[in-house]
Amino acid sequence: MFQFVLRRLASAVPTLFIVVTISFFLMRFAPGGPFNLERPLPPATMENLMKAYHLDQPLWNQYLQYLKNAVTGDFGPSYIYKDNTIAELIGKGLPYSVQLGTYALLLALIGGVIVGTLAALRQNSFLDFLVMSVATTGVTVPNFVVGPILTLIFALMLSWVPAGGWGDGSLKFLILPVITLALPQLAVFARLTRGSMIEALHADHIRTARAYGLPQRAVVITHAMRGALLPVVSYLAPCAAALLTGSAVVESIFTIPGVGRYFVLGAINRDYTLVMGTVVLVAIFVIVFNLVVDILYGLLDPRVRHD
Amino acid sequence: MTFMKLNLRAALLLGSLMIGASPALAEMVLHRGNSGEPQTLDQSQTSIDIEAFIVKDLYEGLTIYDANGKIVPGAAESWTVSDDGTVYTFKIRADAKWSDGSPVTAEDFVFSMRRVEDPKTAAGYANILYPIKNAEKINKGGMPVDQLGMKAVDEKTLEITLERPTPFFIELLSHQTALPINKASFEKNGADFVKPGKLVGNGAFKLAEHVPNDHLTVVKNENYWDAANVKLDKVIFYPIDDQAANVRRYEAGELDLVYNFSSDQIDRLRASNPKQVHVTPAAATYYYPFDTRTEPFNDVRVRQALSMAVDRDFLAKDIYNGTKLPVYSMVPPGLETYGEPAKPDFAGMSQLDREDKAVALMKEAGYGEGGKPLNIEIRYNTNPNHERVATAVADMWKKTFGANVTLMNLDISSHYAYLQEGGKFNVARAGWTADYADAENFLNLSVSSNKTFNYGHYENPEFDALMKKSYEERDPAARSKTLHEAEALIMRDQPIAPLMNDANLWLVADKVKGWGDNANNEHLSKYLSVE
Repeated sequence: MFQFVLRRLASAVPTLFIVVTISFFLMRFAPGGPFNLERPLPPATMENLMKAYHLDQPLWNQYLQYLKNAVTGDFGPSYIYKDNTIAELIGKGLPYSVQLGTYALLLALIGGVIVGTLAALRQNSFLDFLVMSVATTGVTVPNFVVGPILTLIFALMLSWVPAGGWGDGSLKFLILPVITLALPQLAVFARLTRGSMIEALHADHIRTARAYGLPQRAVVITHAMRGALLPVVSYLAPCAAALLTGSAVVESIFTIPGVGRYFVLGAINRDYTLVMGTVVLVAIFVIVFNLVVDILYGLLDPRVRHD
Repeated sequence: MTFMKLNLRAALLLGSLMIGASPALAEMVLHRGNSGEPQTLDQSQTSIDIEAFIVKDLYEGLTIYDANGKIVPGAAESWTVSDDGTVYTFKIRADAKWSDGSPVTAEDFVFSMRRVEDPKTAAGYANILYPIKNAEKINKGGMPVDQLGMKAVDEKTLEITLERPTPFFIELLSHQTALPINKASFEKNGADFVKPGKLVGNGAFKLAEHVPNDHLTVVKNENYWDAANVKLDKVIFYPIDDQAANVRRYEAGELDLVYNFSSDQIDRLRASNPKQVHVTPAAATYYYPFDTRTEPFNDVRVRQALSMAVDRDFLAKDIYNGTKLPVYSMVPPGLETYGEPAKPDFAGMSQLDREDKAVALMKEAGYGEGGKPLNIEIRYNTNPNHERVATAVADMWKKTFGANVTLMNLDISSHYAYLQEGGKFNVARAGWTADYADAENFLNLSVSSNKTFNYGHYENPEFDALMKKSYEERDPAARSKTLHEAEALIMRDQPIAPLMNDANLWLVADKVKGWGDNANNEHLSKYLSVE
């Protein structure tokens, strides 16, 4: 087990290297640069800026320099948010995104599994149709529609919660963004659970368990759930990586200071170092959560255990 | 039991006393929506209005704008100008102090502006101060910074020598690039001198806290020379770039001021409270340059015809809901030193007459229906409003001339990189916002030597000569006349078709007092209060 984890972590290094290399060069192929703004800069100023940020050197040199610095944890200064380094920007924003994402993930996971299980147990009933219609809506209605509607109702009309901001991070500030962020994922979890639960309930060992006269609850929770959760667990990795690294849309709508916006801002502003920082961040999250899921998988399914 | 009751009653009494007393003790806080995260608080690196709003509350230049956009003395209490207009002598206020209590000196200004011109600083707006002697030579490399035409005569007397008379120099000094920074703090903290806890300013407020993308808090600076007249205890800037979110938080009562909101909201917001909506014409022009290097746009008749056929009233009223004004001149209206800008002949005609004239001109040039095919590509930076404008203009040109118009858009960086690097095009969208309230700032965009900003590469020696003459003119009236002659030339030749005058949109809650609308969009928090 320990060896497995070590091996996987070691293999993450070349993966990260490839991700960094590809993104570095892809980013540079985009026309324009961090200093081409609507408010154009005079050529002399542009030259001074390019020199100050070493952008006047050959691309190859810049790449090697970036790699060298990145290894020591220095991801460079932001070209756009000049008072901050990339490490500072991400360091300040990530805790907000992770907190928001964790709540959303828990809500989506627990809510989705419960709702999906209920739907599976009452297959083709009214409840099933209702739950699945709501779930489909959750996936299809984008969060830039859900978020503002929730705000209009609960913040502007009813004045129950603030219209945005992080405030002191208490429940009233977080409830709407968490729901908005969780809803589409909750729907996915519900559909996955329903599908695999229906399959699991028809499995031979479940029929045997029922024949032994085990109560419904024991059959579902102890025996069916374990197998039914496998697809849910495999979806957990990409879902967690996506939720915890922030959502540009939800953070904008609710004006939350997370890192999600940096993905979009970095690309639009050609803030090369910021884009690289966010890419590395997501890559790390994806690698870590894939590892976590593989371990979880082993716990749930003895056939894929890593000894 | 009795004891407890008594205690409870005492507590209640005390509580109500405290509540009763709180309004007098309550601090006055302004929640200021600022439509975006500042990229920096280092005055040499700032470039946009939302940064200027913050740094001008933290630092004070020699001259500042009052609530109505008029230049008034700031850190300098008075100044004199030499007879030839090249030497300015500023008297810095005796009671001007930094937030750490030390005096603001002439040396601080010399240090700050040398830093701006130092090529190592790579200041984005170094060119604003080019009128100062040797500034340009220092900034472009080669000359040491101590050659800058600035001298601290004594602790409170600053002498600035210019390259040549610059009638708008006092306006330039109110730009954020000309703000002073504290020399001691910069030398101690290096690039971190802008961080909370380290920033030492001489403005009405000092930096208390900064959480990127959440809020930036400034509190009243007790050491400010005019602190007695500063009413607010605290201003919280909210860097919200989502325009809809800004309006929602304003309507929920969480913001007192909102800068720039989506123009399609204006009717609804006016209906709910007309007083809260402030639309002020800005010193900014939305225009379409033509590439004068390529056929058929090198033909003045084609350019005139295309420009005439654009119904600017439609663009301003129907696309922008009246939040922009139709214009026919490059220089925006309302500049004090310039007055009414020069307009082309067709400005006085009705749109129907313009179209008839445009068709005749196009025919004379030999393009359009019955002539050579007229193919036009409009380039714009990706944005829903710019797309609507381009679509409408394309439709006008199709209807009037039977032109074949295609649209092409790129994200903002790529769009401007292409134009600035001299890429060829037909027609492109561009916008220009004044750096300082002077016509020269708009007209020098069409000077032939201005390779970067003269996107259409217009070349007219007569125009260039007039612009050159305007720099040497000492008499404001004569200078204004020369600039008008220059503008009349480009309005005749139409290398650019000015379309609209931008407006600044603000939502100002009724409880905010001391607000003044002005074209310079200058709104120092020191003039504001909250009821």
